[in-house]
Amino acid sequence: MSDFETVAATENQAARRGPSGEPGAPNQVGAAQKPRSLAGDAWRDLRRKPIFWISLTLVVLVAAMAAFPGLFTANDPRDCVLARQHAGPSGGAIFGYDFQGCDTYSRAVYGARASLLVGALSALFTGLIALLVGMTAGYFGRWVDAVLSRVIDIVLGIPLLLAAIVLLKRVNSDSSTVRIAAVIFVLAVLGWTTAARVVRSSVITAKEQDYVAAARMLGAGDSRIMLRHILPNALAPAIVVLTIALGSFIAAEATLSFLGIGLKAPTISWGIDIDAGRVHMRESATPLVVPSAFLALTVLAFIMLGDAIRDAFDPKLR
Amino acid sequence: MFRFVLRRLLQMVLAFFGTTLIVYALMFAGQGDPIQALAGERPVTAAQRAYLTEKFHLDQTGVGGFFYRYFDYISNLLQGDLGQSLTGRSIVDILTAAWPVTVKLALIAMAVTILFGVTAGVLAGIRRASIFDNSTLLLTLLVLGIPTIVLAPLAQYFLGVRWQLFPPTAGADPDFYALLLPGIVLGSLSLATALRLTRTSVAENLRADYVRTARSKGLVKRRIVSVHVLRNSLIPVVTFLGVELGNLMSGAIITEGVFNIPGVGFNLFRGIRTEDGPLVVGIVSVLVVVYLISNLVVDVLYAVLDPRIRYE
Repeated sequence: MSDFETVAATENQAARRGPSGEPGAPNQVGAAQKPRSLAGDAWRDLRRKPIFWISLTLVVLVAAMAAFPGLFTANDPRDCVLARQHAGPSGGAIFGYDFQGCDTYSRAVYGARASLLVGALSALFTGLIALLVGMTAGYFGRWVDAVLSRVIDIVLGIPLLLAAIVLLKRVNSDSSTVRIAAVIFVLAVLGWTTAARVVRSSVITAKEQDYVAAARMLGAGDSRIMLRHILPNALAPAIVVLTIALGSFIAAEATLSFLGIGLKAPTISWGIDIDAGRVHMRESATPLVVPSAFLALTVLAFIMLGDAIRDAFDPKLR
Repeated sequence: MFRFVLRRLLQMVLAFFGTTLIVYALMFAGQGDPIQALAGERPVTAAQRAYLTEKFHLDQTGVGGFFYRYFDYISNLLQGDLGQSLTGRSIVDILTAAWPVTVKLALIAMAVTILFGVTAGVLAGIRRASIFDNSTLLLTLLVLGIPTIVLAPLAQYFLGVRWQLFPPTAGADPDFYALLLPGIVLGSLSLATALRLTRTSVAENLRADYVRTARSKGLVKRRIVSVHVLRNSLIPVVTFLGVELGNLMSGAIITEGVFNIPGVGFNLFRGIRTEDGPLVVGIVSVLVVVYLISNLVVDVLYAVLDPRIRYE
């Protein structure tokens, strides 16, 4: 299948694999003055990791590009003049011009917006669906769990790229808002299962805890227990999964746009530019290499960030 | 075991009907006048209209008519009749010509995965936390993070066009050499996952009780690793490779498209580009079936290989 599914599959295996059984590093409690929380521990662990800082810097950089592209380039990405087709670097165009005579660097900078928008919103909706389904299945158990788990199994069994192709072929509108919304919808509808499984399993662990029994004895209803006592426990693992998913959603968007069924021409997207650059790679390679590098670095940054946070939050893996 | 297989089979049948129903509903239902769509700009005579209505059961309306036509499509699909593409070629013929190429490519990718991924995974698992282990982990993270739409064109450009180590595209009847680079690109993703899976599995099994027993019996390390640990560690890897083989056979859309390999994925790629609806639906339907069956086989294989796993 395509790469974003493989990434999802790896995460899945990582989730299923559970504790790797590595002998825990000796606890460094000796010097501690006060008991530290899990988050505090994780933060201490993260602070020392160069990968965390590198990926965080990249993520902030890309987010800034998406929000204020004007800060990074003065050139208009849609200012294309055929006369400078494949021309070398000049002025603000540090990577030269592409086949249509557009500024390669400027297009790559402006491409961040669509990618990040699709990635972030897909992850948000995925998270909402996953929390809703995972919490319901995990908290109520029995037949509710049985039905929802089967639904998860079936959706997980649908190949993502193939289903996305079928769903998106149905969208005929060329309006960029509609296309972006359609891609987000497709990714959210097909991509929530892994996160839902993670939420479900953490809810099942959390609801057996004593404080939940105590809350129930004090007369708290289902909704209060779910929101106040169980949701906070399910949130952290879900956020980690969603950070990694965000990276793979960005890759998925680019792949769909590359195929010509995701975002379309007036929208600037790395996937579209990679495809355009690929066709003319013999004449000039920079229009292919530049958006490729932007896309790869962004996806990598999110995946490495999620990976680092997960390692920090999972004491069993230490 | 029998009950498990039966339940798994039922689940697959459900998933099959679910996905084909979605595919069908999205592609064919509610598209205005299908007869006019088939004819394009040309006028349709009353006789032709009556014939086509009869042939495709379009006189049945409403939900009942929709399901009538859906079961028509399903029974055609199960009988191996996928209809014609917009260019008039039989889709079954297209797929028959494309399968051998795709299978060849998938086998090359699989060989790359096993040769490098599993071997490196075993080494990394034995020497955990060594330089080799850490560098392979970082490398696999890189490979997993780089999308195919970046990897495939860049490999094609640098290795094929710039340095000319491999042929940049495969032609109509590709030989082994032409498929080697696309096979490596395609296999690199499963290579990374297989490596990580093997590494964890080996590292976990090295701490098992039976390893300690074997060591206290005085067996040499090579024998412990190659006989005791490997046999148990490769169970999850084998099942992963099974799923991957199914994926590779169906999912080489980008790789085959970029390297111009006339396989199944390439035809799907072209079908999307040329807006060939029937071709896309036909190929996707077949691929979904392949995907579901390979998943089923792997699940059953998993239960057979590892007797510790009990499915109630």
